[in-house]
Amino acid sequence: MFRLIVACFMMQVTCVWAEEAQPLQADLAVEMQVQRLSEELRCLVCQNQTLADSHSDLALDLKREVREMATKGMTDEAIVDYLVARYGDFVRYRPALKSSTVLLWFGPFALLLAGGIGLFIQLRRRQAMTTDEPLSAEEARKVDELLDKES
Amino acid sequence: MNRGMRALIPLAVFLVVVGFLFKGLFLNPKEVPSPLVGKPAPQFSLPRLDNPETVFSPKEMLGQVWMLNAWASWCPSCVEEHPILVSLAKTGLVPLIGLDYKDTQLEAQQWLEKGGNPYAVTVMDADGRVGIDYGVYGVPETYVIDKAGVIVYKQIGPVTVEALRDTIIPLVKKLQSQ
Repeated sequence: MFRLIVACFMMQVTCVWAEEAQPLQADLAVEMQVQRLSEELRCLVCQNQTLADSHSDLALDLKREVREMATKGMTDEAIVDYLVARYGDFVRYRPALKSSTVLLWFGPFALLLAGGIGLFIQLRRRQAMTTDEPLSAEEARKVDELLDKES
Repeated sequence: MNRGMRALIPLAVFLVVVGFLFKGLFLNPKEVPSPLVGKPAPQFSLPRLDNPETVFSPKEMLGQVWMLNAWASWCPSCVEEHPILVSLAKTGLVPLIGLDYKDTQLEAQQWLEKGGNPYAVTVMDADGRVGIDYGVYGVPETYVIDKAGVIVYKQIGPVTVEALRDTIIPLVKKLQSQ
């Protein structure tokens, strides 16, 4: 009898383990969507981490929320919009491209371009200042002498 | 442009950068502006802490200005905020509704017995779902909601004496007179 109880108990334990692993297999597409979104969404508690990186309570709750929405078949966009409506644009790890963020996205490239143009103009001007002057007879003789020595 | 002025360009650029960085010193990255300000307060229906059999919903507050305070017995800043809320409640100026965020009933009740209960009603948001609807990302957070049920102001972090005196109380009075 005792053995039977032990056996039952052990079976139960294995059952519990089997249950825990299940969600991964249940729907691979949902898991992949949750994973993809977790990397796009910011954890608001530990602000420089994504939901995927964070183990804070809120991040776990938000991941749960994302998983539920993904299970319902909501698109990535709809899920992100749901969270932006509650937490604001900051919840996106990658800022959305819109009029207020244009400078953020393209500012560095604009600066690079402006610097490049400035450098180009500067170099052009400097080139214009130098003129090709023919060598004087004395200089030409020295050059010949040096070159002869080399060979 | 002459030579002297051109020499000043790097200095000007430097000063602009310094200006931005200086401003950055006084910004608080923990304060994320809530997109919910100006929007209707999300509806919910949650069990009351004092009597979990009955539920409370923000609809019951329509027609009056009220405040929703998200708190928890496990939250360190709430300790600091609590006596301020208790003294606000004593003035009877504005009803305070507590959103007990991800807490247990027992611990929450013990907390209120110890520190005093400033809340007209406290509801239990055990799994934090209503907190998510309200964009709560760290307790305490406090919302001022007008007679039409629209969120007018959100205080992130503890309500301080200064915040009450300078912002919240004047705002509540203004909203009440509307």
